[in-house]
Amino acid sequence: MRILLDKFTKKFGLTTVIDQMDLEIHHGEMIALLGGSGCGKSTTLFAICGIHKINGGRILFGDKDMTNVASQDRNVGMVFQSFALYPHMTVEKNIGFPLKLRKESTNEIKRKVDEIAEMVHIELLLDRRPGELSGGQQQRVALARALIRRPDVLLLDEPLANLDASLRLEMRSEIRRIQQETGITAVLVTHDQTEAMSMCDRIAIMDAGKIVQITEPKNMYENPVSKFVAGFLGSPPIAFLNGRIENGSFIEPSTGTKLPVAEKIAKRVNGANVCVGIRAEFFQPGSGTTIKGIVSFVESHGREILYNVTLPGGNILRSIQSGQSGAKIGDHVEWGINTDHMLIFDSEGTRI
Amino acid sequence: MTSNYRKWPMTLFLGILTAPLILMYFYLFVDTVTNSPPGSMIPNEWTLEHWRFLWQTLPGKPTIWVATWNTFLFASSTTLIVLFISSAAGYSLSRLNMPGRSFFLGGVMVLHAFPTVTLLIAIFLILQMVGLYNTLTGVILVKASLELPFGIWIMKGFYDTVPWEIEMAGIQDGASRFQVWIQLVLPQVKPGIFSLGIFSFLAGWSEFILPLVLAPNNDVQVLSVYLSSLIFDETNFDMGLFKSIGLFYVIPVIILFLFFQNKLMNIYSGGNQG
Repeated sequence: MRILLDKFTKKFGLTTVIDQMDLEIHHGEMIALLGGSGCGKSTTLFAICGIHKINGGRILFGDKDMTNVASQDRNVGMVFQSFALYPHMTVEKNIGFPLKLRKESTNEIKRKVDEIAEMVHIELLLDRRPGELSGGQQQRVALARALIRRPDVLLLDEPLANLDASLRLEMRSEIRRIQQETGITAVLVTHDQTEAMSMCDRIAIMDAGKIVQITEPKNMYENPVSKFVAGFLGSPPIAFLNGRIENGSFIEPSTGTKLPVAEKIAKRVNGANVCVGIRAEFFQPGSGTTIKGIVSFVESHGREILYNVTLPGGNILRSIQSGQSGAKIGDHVEWGINTDHMLIFDSEGTRI
Repeated sequence: MTSNYRKWPMTLFLGILTAPLILMYFYLFVDTVTNSPPGSMIPNEWTLEHWRFLWQTLPGKPTIWVATWNTFLFASSTTLIVLFISSAAGYSLSRLNMPGRSFFLGGVMVLHAFPTVTLLIAIFLILQMVGLYNTLTGVILVKASLELPFGIWIMKGFYDTVPWEIEMAGIQDGASRFQVWIQLVLPQVKPGIFSLGIFSFLAGWSEFILPLVLAPNNDVQVLSVYLSSLIFDETNFDMGLFKSIGLFYVIPVIILFLFFQNKLMNIYSGGNQG
């Protein structure tokens, strides 16, 4: 079901946490609300499910105005970071609880619980209590409980944050699989860009109560609208260099290296101070415009190796290489920047 | 656990320190079934005469069974009232954004600190005015209300440890706030309800001053008042009888502890194991 937030405003006391936010979530889509802590992503989630009353604007499910509908009547499924299973009930009772409240018959509940348990692969755990389950299993139970009454929208509040690393990877694809199988509209709140990029159709990146950019993961990675977005996405993080645009090139002040910039951009900001972002995959030996520096840090990721290269002025560039260039800490290197993929931001951090 | 000191000096020291207490309990029991010659501590004959109160009615007193039943009624009624109100009030104070919440929290604290004796005369007058003087109902209501501040505070503490997410999840699943409380939150504070129940029952069982002042009549007498009337009876004071009734009075307490000591120990490790 399509979800629409229309000029949604939320205040806590006198502080306005979210001011007139617009957000449309398409039918069947999985969207990520991505941002650091305190950016308002969880607040948005709680507004959609109705736990927080909103101070302005409207919330629509499909064409129905849900703004003043009680949480209980919204038909929203939610998975919490702590899973919030009911400790005193068995898995079966946990999953069946929403149906029991709707006074569905015992047989009907049993049938639906079995069906959903099979989908999330917990059919053998139905008699256990939450305390006897591993984190991943609890997560599956929480998902099943959220999905059993076919909610209009599934809300996931940092669902992977309490899992250990290997489980996180597994549950990432599991949640995505289940979401796609059920075709349910889903909202994922996370601070982990990898989660957002790998699981969702679109990402809405938030900062200080505003949506800064909303688009597909790949497009957001390649075309961030601001320095903030560019810095948030990507691992290893993007490296920034400060300098000036002169005569069609970006000048790195400490080395004097000239990095050619597209003509259209160069004309617009000639003579201005800018900041360029260079991703680690576009700073490689043997291609592009070379720049000199000293290797200051080497980190093996197994298949790839991450190098930090410190320029004479103190700025750091990152390079991620799959080949064995054999550079060691302290080596003087001269590697090339692929200037076609430079991201240029003005002094306010807005993409040019 | 291995010790890095010799055990026997500590054992001896603690043994000497506890000996009077153990001896007292021992003699309490021995004296109820024996007679000793005057001036001696060594009994010279077995007897059951000190337990005669079980089948005889002592002159001027109610039968022991009426007093026992009254005590049981008194303790269990106060316990039920305290449990019922504390579990509701504790939840409200812990979770509901109600008007005057901080006032109630502070007020409950102050009430808890209030010594019962200072209220005695006022309560006496009130009970007489409403016609509940010399009734079990009256003294039950008074005892329950004096126990409530403690109970509410304890229950609030237990509710505070229940994660908010459980309530949010319940609301999302379609439960009303009342259903959330009854079906989801209350089961998480079972250890609290249990311990509060035991404590209230024991407090009711051993309560003395309130029934003495507010319900002294024979037909509503509880065991503590019954026992004390024996001491005040200076004409025919019977130490053996007094001890036997005392033992009879603590037996339920001991049984309660034997059965529930594990649960009482578990109070603080219980709670939410989700």
